[in-house]
Amino acid sequence: MRRVIRRRVGPIASELGLHSCHTCGLVSDAADGGHSHVQRCPRCESRLHDRTPNSVAHCWALIISAYIIYIPANLLPIMETGSFMDYRKDTIMSGVIHLWHTGSWGIATIVFVASIMVPLFKLIALTLLLLSVQRRSIWWPMQRARLYRLVELVGRWSMLDIYVVTLLAALVQISSLATVRAGNGAIAFGAVVVLTMFASMKFDPRLIWDPLRKESDHDYYAATD
Amino acid sequence: MGIDPPHFVACHECDLLLKEIPLLPGGVAVCCCCGASLYRNTPDSLQRTMAFTLTAVILYVIANVYPILGIEIQGIRNATNLIGAVRSLWDQGMHLISVLVGLTTVLIPALQLATMVYLILPLLMKRKPPGIALIMRVLNVIKPWGMVEVFMLGVLVSLVKLKDSSIIIPGVALWSFGGLTILLAAVATSFNPRDIWEHLDEQSESGEDRCAE
Repeated sequence: MRRVIRRRVGPIASELGLHSCHTCGLVSDAADGGHSHVQRCPRCESRLHDRTPNSVAHCWALIISAYIIYIPANLLPIMETGSFMDYRKDTIMSGVIHLWHTGSWGIATIVFVASIMVPLFKLIALTLLLLSVQRRSIWWPMQRARLYRLVELVGRWSMLDIYVVTLLAALVQISSLATVRAGNGAIAFGAVVVLTMFASMKFDPRLIWDPLRKESDHDYYAATD
Repeated sequence: MGIDPPHFVACHECDLLLKEIPLLPGGVAVCCCCGASLYRNTPDSLQRTMAFTLTAVILYVIANVYPILGIEIQGIRNATNLIGAVRSLWDQGMHLISVLVGLTTVLIPALQLATMVYLILPLLMKRKPPGIALIMRVLNVIKPWGMVEVFMLGVLVSLVKLKDSSIIIPGVALWSFGGLTILLAAVATSFNPRDIWEHLDEQSESGEDRCAE
């Protein structure tokens, strides 16, 4: 695997002093318009960066916050249901179990995947990506690139439970017969989703590939290090 | 440097510098190192995107005005539309969640549709709307935050949760949300940012205002 990738490697933009604009994709010379500190794309005037600045540090900060808030998000109730027969507080997991017991296995599985598996998967995957990037690992770059794409793809689906709570809390307001309220766990859970989404946006996937190229070109490595 | 930068693309995922090749209609260029998709050739992208966007605008209005779901428990009925749901969450003191839901399902989809119309309508009439760069940047930033399709799944899960305890009355907005989900996906696939930039390049080469360089 590794040998195949090395063979394919051509010049990368940053080695040639070129920057690609993240808004319009134009590849331009980093030396152009270098009067000020901030370089801007000649076509769309977005800021140009070689790599997303402080990507790893920002990403860590967001992920660690998300890890911390993940605990109350799973322990606090996200929904309080009251009727004259019973009163229950549901956390995310107890909501899934309740769905399973009432026979809605398909929906229980969907909610379990979207609310429990996806946030956990995102946190673990981003931690793994950050650790490997910091260690300048050349370990399975293709798989790590795919992992990052998957994180980007599935992240938004954890909002599912927030929407369910919103709808139920608005609909089930039938005076004394039945009421549903959103619980504090919903705030924590929403925060986890937002933080992990920001974290995956902050992560720069080009960092996965950088050690590979620089290792195969010792002159460049020595010159910059 | 000896190379002409506009004929090169850099992979946004691995930064490999690649020479741009022409694509067949419907084709996608893929990075040969990491497999990320680089650019697409979407035929009639402006016309198609405009058609999908305008249809989506109609469905968006219906989806937000009419009730999504109604329930009936022992003869008492209650129905809500999306904005009503956001407001009732606000009234329960869940301000942050209410704002989050309002942004991701009401405001950002509206902003997406509005910017699309603002961008594409003038380009179809061979005119250049001011502030294209800004609009494209805004579109880039808000893109991950429009979550109509996730909301749609949320509606389905709510249906299942309610089906035992009450009689469910599906609202008009339920169907239009379904349609809106599909149309927003169609807008996203037919819209090609490269076309916008190419139009911009062509117009500024033949016309007047090119400030940079």
